[in-house]
Parts: sequence; C-alpha cells; structure tokens
Amino acid sequence: MDLTFQIQGGDFTSAGAASSQVRRTLKELGVDASVIKRVVVALYEAEVNIVAHAYKGEIMAQISPERVFLKLTDEGPGIPDIEKAMTPGYSTASQEVREMGFGAGMGLPNISRNADVFNIHSVPDRGTTVEITIQIS
Amino acid sequence: MTIHEIVSLVQGKVLSGKITQEEGIEYCFASDLMSDVLTVCRSDFMLLTGLSNVQSIRTAEMSDLKYVLLVRGKTPPQEMIDLAEDSGIVLIVSPYSMFKASGILYQAGLKGVF
Repeated sequence: MDLTFQIQGGDFTSAGAASSQVRRTLKELGVDASVIKRVVVALYEAEVNIVAHAYKGEIMAQISPERVFLKLTDEGPGIPDIEKAMTPGYSTASQEVREMGFGAGMGLPNISRNADVFNIHSVPDRGTTVEITIQIS
Repeated sequence: MTIHEIVSLVQGKVLSGKITQEEGIEYCFASDLMSDVLTVCRSDFMLLTGLSNVQSIRTAEMSDLKYVLLVRGKTPPQEMIDLAEDSGIVLIVSPYSMFKASGILYQAGLKGVF
C-alpha cells in the first residue's frame, strides 16, 4: 500500500496529520503496537522537520507485510552539516518552532533511534531527502 | 492511581474524553519538550505539560498515550480540545504549576518513567 502526503512549510496546525493517517492505517492493518510507535515517532519527527525548516515537502509511505518504508523529500534550505545536525541537542530551529515544543535538537537522533535503516541526503539551498525503513516481521 | 484521584488532587477539569471510576495510570512524564516525550519507549504514562497547543496532543497520539494533563491554568485553544476528542485522548487542565502538580502526584504515588 502506498500513501502520499503534501506538507506545507510553516503550517504547524496541520503538522502531524500525515503521521496520524499512517498510524491509523497501520492500526487497521493490525501491525504490532510497538512497531507502530517506532514508525510514527520517526515519521512525526521528520514531518515536523519539514514544517519547521522547509518551504514544502512530500511524504511517501510504502507499507508491505514485511516493512514500512518512508521517504520524505523537501524543498528548503537543506542541511549544511548533517553530522552536526545529528548531534543530540544541536538545533537551528526558530523561536516559533521552539514554542511548538520542538527544536531541542532531538529530532534526527530520535528518527535514527527508531529506524532499522536511516538515510539522509541534503543539498544546501535545494532541500533534504530522508529515508526510513522499519521492519514489521 | 485512578484518573479521578489525579483530577481531584490537582483540582483539575476534564475537557475531552470520558473517564470511568476504575481506570487508572501508574506512571507520569513531565515535559514541555515534545521530542523528549517521543524518546520514551513505553506508552503507559500520563503526559504532564505546559505546552498548550495541538502538538502536545499530536505527541500524545504518536506516543500512544491516553492522558494529557495541562498545567498552569492555561485555556487550551479549541482546536487542541477538538483534536484530543478526535484522538480519544483525555485532556485535563489544572491551575497548578508543573512543579506543584508533579510534587503532589509524586507524593500521592504516581511514578516517574525513569
């Protein structure tokens, strides 16, 4: 099953709506609760990153009996130093993002911790692509 | 500890969802940082927060939590209450500060997750 969502940068009211839809779908498919939590925590952090940092983006979720594959592509400023961005506590988030409860520099480490496979590729001034794979069985 | 006891101890008010006499919770995690909440692997805890916007409900939803206690007497926006209702999350508001609410609940037997 393939699901696709368009994400608008700066739209904090809707941030998490795509993750919520993926969560509902996985629940309907009867996926184990601990797997669902890992998927949606990783996806929600990545979705909030698009809203917080990019102009716009797209989330693609591929769900099969064996695994969940998530690909998030955004158009935005990109990440100049990914290694630094992966450091827990490092953040470039705006005050607005922090007021929403994010921007503490935990997002990318949280995604990595929950993913079985995590890839991130970024081109400064172009955008970022994040790929997350989580095994179901 | 039952949810009714918790509501009573923090002089709380339930804004969304329904609670039965019997239902209860053993653990609590207090934070305004949602990414911190998302690092907690377990799901059997109540979120105590001062963050009065939809993202605290979204975070509870992704963390598979059922109870959110909003402190400092904040009036949550209607969209936050509506989202809690839609997500099956019980949203409770308390006039107490995070420190005071945490202290009262800890003293009454609610446990920290770490």
